[in-house]
Parts: sequence; structure tokens; C-alpha cells
Amino acid sequence: MPVYNPPSENIKFILHDVLNASQLSELPGYEEVSEDLMDQILEEGGKICSEVLFPINLSGDQEGCHYENGVVRTPEGFKEAYDTFAEGGWCGLSGDPEYGGMGMPVLMNTVMQEMICSANMSFGMYPGLSQGAYEALHHFGTDEQKELYLPKLIEGTWSGTMNLTEPHCGTDLGLIKTKAIPNDDDSFQITGTKIFISAGEHDLTENIVHLVLAKLPDAPDGVKGISLFVVPKFLPNDDGSVGERNGVRCGSIEHKMGIHANSTCVMNFDDAKGWLVGEPHKGLKAMFVMMNAARLGVGMQGLGICEVAYQNGLDYAKDRLQMRSLTGVKAPDKPADPIIVHPDVRRMLLKAKAVTEGGRALSYWTGLKLDISQRHPDETIRQEADDLVALLTPIVKAYLTDMGTEIANECLQCYGGHGYIAEWGMEQYVRDARIAQIYEGTNGIQALDLVGRKMGQGYGRLLRRFFHPAQQFIEDHQADENMQEFVFAFAKGLAKLQQSTAMIAQKGLKNPDEAGAASSDYLRQFALVALAYMWCLMVKAAQAKLESGEGDKEFYESKIKTARFFMQRMLPEADGRFKMVLAGAGSLMDLDADAF
Amino acid sequence: MKILVPVKRVVDYNVKVRVKSDQTGVELANVKMSVNPFDEIAVEEAVRLKEAGKADEVIAVSIGPEKAQEQLRTAMAIGADRGILVKTDDPIDLGGVEPLAVAKTLKALVDKESPDLVIMGKQSIDDDSNQTGQMLSALLGWSQGTFASELEIDGDSIKVTREVDGGLETLELKAPAIITTDLRLNEPRYAKLPDIMKAKKKQLDIIEPSELGVDYSPRLEIVKVSEPAKREGGEKVENVDELIDKLKNEAKVI
Repeated sequence: MPVYNPPSENIKFILHDVLNASQLSELPGYEEVSEDLMDQILEEGGKICSEVLFPINLSGDQEGCHYENGVVRTPEGFKEAYDTFAEGGWCGLSGDPEYGGMGMPVLMNTVMQEMICSANMSFGMYPGLSQGAYEALHHFGTDEQKELYLPKLIEGTWSGTMNLTEPHCGTDLGLIKTKAIPNDDDSFQITGTKIFISAGEHDLTENIVHLVLAKLPDAPDGVKGISLFVVPKFLPNDDGSVGERNGVRCGSIEHKMGIHANSTCVMNFDDAKGWLVGEPHKGLKAMFVMMNAARLGVGMQGLGICEVAYQNGLDYAKDRLQMRSLTGVKAPDKPADPIIVHPDVRRMLLKAKAVTEGGRALSYWTGLKLDISQRHPDETIRQEADDLVALLTPIVKAYLTDMGTEIANECLQCYGGHGYIAEWGMEQYVRDARIAQIYEGTNGIQALDLVGRKMGQGYGRLLRRFFHPAQQFIEDHQADENMQEFVFAFAKGLAKLQQSTAMIAQKGLKNPDEAGAASSDYLRQFALVALAYMWCLMVKAAQAKLESGEGDKEFYESKIKTARFFMQRMLPEADGRFKMVLAGAGSLMDLDADAF
Repeated sequence: MKILVPVKRVVDYNVKVRVKSDQTGVELANVKMSVNPFDEIAVEEAVRLKEAGKADEVIAVSIGPEKAQEQLRTAMAIGADRGILVKTDDPIDLGGVEPLAVAKTLKALVDKESPDLVIMGKQSIDDDSNQTGQMLSALLGWSQGTFASELEIDGDSIKVTREVDGGLETLELKAPAIITTDLRLNEPRYAKLPDIMKAKKKQLDIIEPSELGVDYSPRLEIVKVSEPAKREGGEKVENVDELIDKLKNEAKVI
């Protein structure tokens, strides 16, 4: 059986020592946010994750969801766990206080998402999808819609979904067929079929609020003709109570590789009553509000899986006795040495540690900037933060979810044959992690978003939000002897990243296939350089602690040693990716489709 | 009815404790600290009595470093009305602030606050002394119901079910009294997010031990703290004679 202990000390290190998260208290609305309060939320939230959500992770995977006559029953224990979670106020952690939310920073929500996904990724999707619906309604809903739906979503008595995908279109939503016909009042009749709808039907809440993309009769073709509608499972009465059943039903649930405890539904809309959210034909814009929040959330799924896989891989490697160390016996009192003595096992574990901790810094930094982008009184600073978030979102999503699968695999490998056996729990992490590379925009789409949309925006304005502070950091620290080893490696990586950026910008303008061919390798190169930056920040924070003599020496020294591993044994991958980017589209496009 | 609940900051029960290299105690730097689980049960019980209308005020008190405010905030997030921290940097352990000193501090706080009931953990999971409640009862001259697994209150009459070796024993006490909690008394709730936020605004007073006239000089000296001896592998013997021989001459236990 796997274990999960919330990594509080590591989380606090990033929040307080690396990012100085209590700076959030200077933002309007966050006056109460202090180090103490963040720690308390982290501890209590961690308890819910490890004591309530984690114990039903393996059993939920083995049992799965049940479908009968349009009704979905979640695995045993999910309803009780959801009630504890919702009654504790966790659905509204960063919800708007005007609608009953706790008004805590997005950053705290990011932290909570990581822990939820480590503990039980399938469970996390139920409240997670509600957050997407909440964001869309909060941004684009009418006052009436907000008053009706937001308090329920924040309480968790109603949940939300995102109904985008149809049988014939996922990535290209311009092709959707679902129709919205206006009624005499301000409502619409929605008809069509949506597939792969996570949390589309379940027994956790009294109502489900579907946000549905559909086309109005006069809609232009393509993505400029899609509108967003809110379609509740039960039509709400005027007093907010649950009324008549609406014409939306779950046709079946999918049998999937992983996340078995989350219901993935086919949703049939048959003259279902819905209401427009935002302006007609402007659904794509509203959808991106949901998607951006959701993409960071999916990145946190990847990170959450990395953390829990690492914890278990590490435990096993310290416990499993097998063979002797190549350089002589390390545990003479035991019949064999624990496998952590072996270089190759250490390679897997250090990679897991370096990715998890570096990825945590990168995603929390993005969360912090998201708060700044929403609340800072100075518009320039808001815009700068917003730019950085836009740039980092596809990187966090794609890199951390690629790593979710890869690290889960490496940590499974530490178990040898036992890793392949279900009851050890490791194979579940590999299966669960896999979907995160696919949904909310496949990782290929994330890479295209990075090179196609984000790179050129404002003539490279978004890129400069990363390159400038990174360059500044290098200039400020290159003379510092303690930092040089790390700063030099980072500086080399950054220089090559700037080179490949220039190359893509140049070639891509002439031939878009060049940008497409470079995109995934470029995203990986960017992610590794961004992690190198994060490891530099962590080394700096750890060295400051060591100099002051505060805290646990071993803990801070481990940061420096892990940074060294990253720079020497992970960052070089960025050089390889650089070469691949430079190779251009030729060899990719040359082969005729018939010749494959 | 007013209830006083002492809570202690201890190493979290999930942490694998390590002995300091100089063998003077256990490593506390960067180690997760929590409310002693028995004390958490005590807070929960007091808050339930308040929710049932049988108590008007629950005061959480702690003795410990400045950081012990975190544990008082946790108690207040569960539902305690206010907190008092008696601040000291001495370890709350043998060789530091020992059970008798803790009991004397609590007595001074009882004199100051005049509660009708003190509900406290039967022991803390770090030094496992299991003495403070009993000592406090003696110092105050109050009745005591220790190792409670059930508690019923009717006016000033208190019925305590105790877990004893032979089974369950039921006592009836008159308030004021000391109750110490056992594990099965209740299952503490998870603090709710709104209550965590409210707890930040509740009153928390910090006082010095000298204000209470208590003396923290230790009566005991710690000679050495060491890890338990490593378990050695077992051995199969051929017959009873060999077993007896080994028990006598190798293990030297008979």
C-alpha cells in the first residue's frame, strides 16, 4: 500500500523562503494573508488530503464508477469524503467572499491542488471542474446568474462541468454541432451530444451545473460562432432550491486507462433548457477563462503525481534489501544493502526529486503571478504578471504532466516487479498521470500555443517577462562564488534558449511548419531552463538559511545538492532539444504520407 | 460552565523521530510539529460540550515557545474561544519544564481563570509521562477522572467512563474536576476553513512564567537519549535443550 505525507516543509520552503509569498498581503483583498495563516491552511488542508482523500484512492481505482440507467454512482467512500471536503469550506478556498468564498489567494489554491492530486487525482476532478465553471460564471455571468450559481458552487452543494468536446471534434471546437435555439423568454433549447465530460454525472452533489458550448442559429462558421451556455441538471427554482429535471442525461460512462473513480460521461442534451453566458458567438473567449485556470490545474495533477510517486519510490528504495553496493557493504547488519545505494536507483530518485521540487517552485511562482495579475493596484505590474502567466501556463501544463507520467514510471521502476503489481499502488499513478498529457489541450497543442500564440504576442513582450528578470538574476549573482556553479549553467541554458527562440521566430514567419516542428522540443527546452532558474532561486534561499544558521542544515544542503544534480544531469537535455529545434522541419515533413 | 484545555506542541505523530547527534534529545529543527493528539481529543470534547449548551467558554492554554501559538490557533479553529500561551524557550520535557512544573503553571492559570473543568490529554506523545493531570488534581484538591472514554455532564455532576485494564469503570465526580482523555473519547473534527480564518482573530494572550510565579528549574537531569537497540535477526534452534542453553548463556534472560 502506498503512503502520502503532505510535503509541508518543502511547500513552506518555496512559499516563504523562495517566493516570499507573504508579499501577497500587500494586495487589496489579501490583507489578512500572513505566513501563519498560509501555514495553518496548508496543515489543515494537508490533513484532509492525507487522512480523508488518500485512503480511498486505491480502492476508488479498483472499484471505479458505476453506471445504471443514466445514473452514476461514485466508488465507496467518495460521497462521505466529498461532504467532509465541502463542509470544510475547501471548495471555496479562493472563491469570492461576496458569494461566500474564503477569498484566499490563487497561490493557496495551487498548493491545495497539488496535495489533492497527490492524494487522489480522481477525487480532485470533481471540485476541480466546479472551479472551472465558477471562473467562467464569475467572469462572464450576469448578476442574476452569479447570485444563483456561485454560492452553490462555493459551498460545493452543486458541482460544475465543462462541456466542450463532441464525438467529431476536440481540439478544433469550431466544428461543434450542438445547437441552441432561442425560446420566447431569455432561455435557449440546447440539443446535441458531448463526450469525455469529466464529472458530467455523479452522486456527490444535489445539482450539476453544465457549461456548454453550442451554436446559435445565426452563428458564423468556425470558432467565431460558438457561444457558452449554462445548463443545470435540475432547473433551479426562484428561491435557489432544486426544481424540475432538465433535458440533459448521461448516456454512458467511459472505460478508461486511469482515473477510474472519476466519471467520464457521454452527455446527451435533448431540448435542455439553458441560458447564455457572456455575449453571443463569444464563447471561445469565455472558454479560455475556464481553460487557463484548468490548464494550471492539470499541471498540478502532474506535479501531485510526481510527489506521491517520489515519496513511495524513495520509501521502497530505502527499505528493499537486494544485492550489495558495488563499492562494498553498506548495511553489514542486514542480509543485503537497501537498493538506494545503487547509482542507477539514485538517478531515478534524484530525477524525481529535482523535477518535483523544481516544478513546485515553477508552478507556485505562476500562481503567485496570477494573484498579482488580478489584484495589483498598478496596471503595468498587473499586465507584466499577466504576460508571464500566459507564457508559463502551457509550459507548466505540458512539462509537469509529461513529468507526471515519466516520474511515476521511474518510481515504479524502483519497485522492480512489485511496481507492476496493482496492490503496491504504483501502476495506478502511471495510469492516472497519463490523461493529464492529453486533456485541456494535448501537450502538442500546448507547444503550439507557446510558439504560435505566446511567442509572437506583442513582438515578444511575453518572452521578455521571463528573459529580463532571468538575465538580471544572472548579472546580479554571477560574481557570487557560492552561486557561480549554478548561475553559469543556467546562463548557458538561457543563451541557447534565446537562440532557439530567435530561430523559430525567424523561420516560423516564413514557414509555419517550422514553428510547428520545433514546438515540443522548444517547450521542453524552455521548461528545463525555467527549472534551472528555479533551482538557482532555491540555492540562493538555502544558502541564506545556512549562513544564518536557522533551521535544519541537512534540509538546506539537500537543496544545493539536488540543484547540482539538476544542472549536471538534467539541464544538458536542453542542449539536445536545442539541437533538435535547430534541425528544422525538413526531415519531419519530407516523407510523403503514403511512404510511412 | 467554563472549561480550560491545555494543549502541547509536540513532534507530529507521523514523523520518524531522530536522536540528536550529541544524545541530549531528539531533533526538532525543520520537523513538523502538531497538537498532541490526546489534547486534540480534549479540545474536541470541550467544544462539543459547548455546542451542546453545557459549557459557555473554552479556553485553550499552552506552555512552550512562541511558535506554540500555531497549536493554540489550531485549538481555536476547532472551536476554543480564546488562548493563553505561557511563553518559555525551555523544552517542555524531562530535564526542562517537567510535569510538576506544568501542573503548577496550570494551577496558577486555574486560579486566574477559575474554570469549572479542566479537560486534558492523559499524556503527551513525546515524553509519555502521564503525570500532569494527576498532579494538577492533587495541587488543586479537585477530583479526577483519568483515561476517559466517555463523558457525561449534568449540572455539576460528571460521569466518566474510564478504560482500565479489566474493562470499563464508571465514576461519578462533582465539578470542579480534572478529566484526562483517552483515544476513544471522540474523533476530533477536521478544522473548517472559515473557522481557521476566524481563529486568527480570536484573542491570544502571551504571558511569562514569572507572571504566574512558577519556577521551571528542572528536578531531573537527562543523562543520555539514544535510539532503541536495533533488532537482531532471529535464530532457529533444534530442540528445547538448546533453547534453554541459549536463553541462559547467550541472551542471559533466565
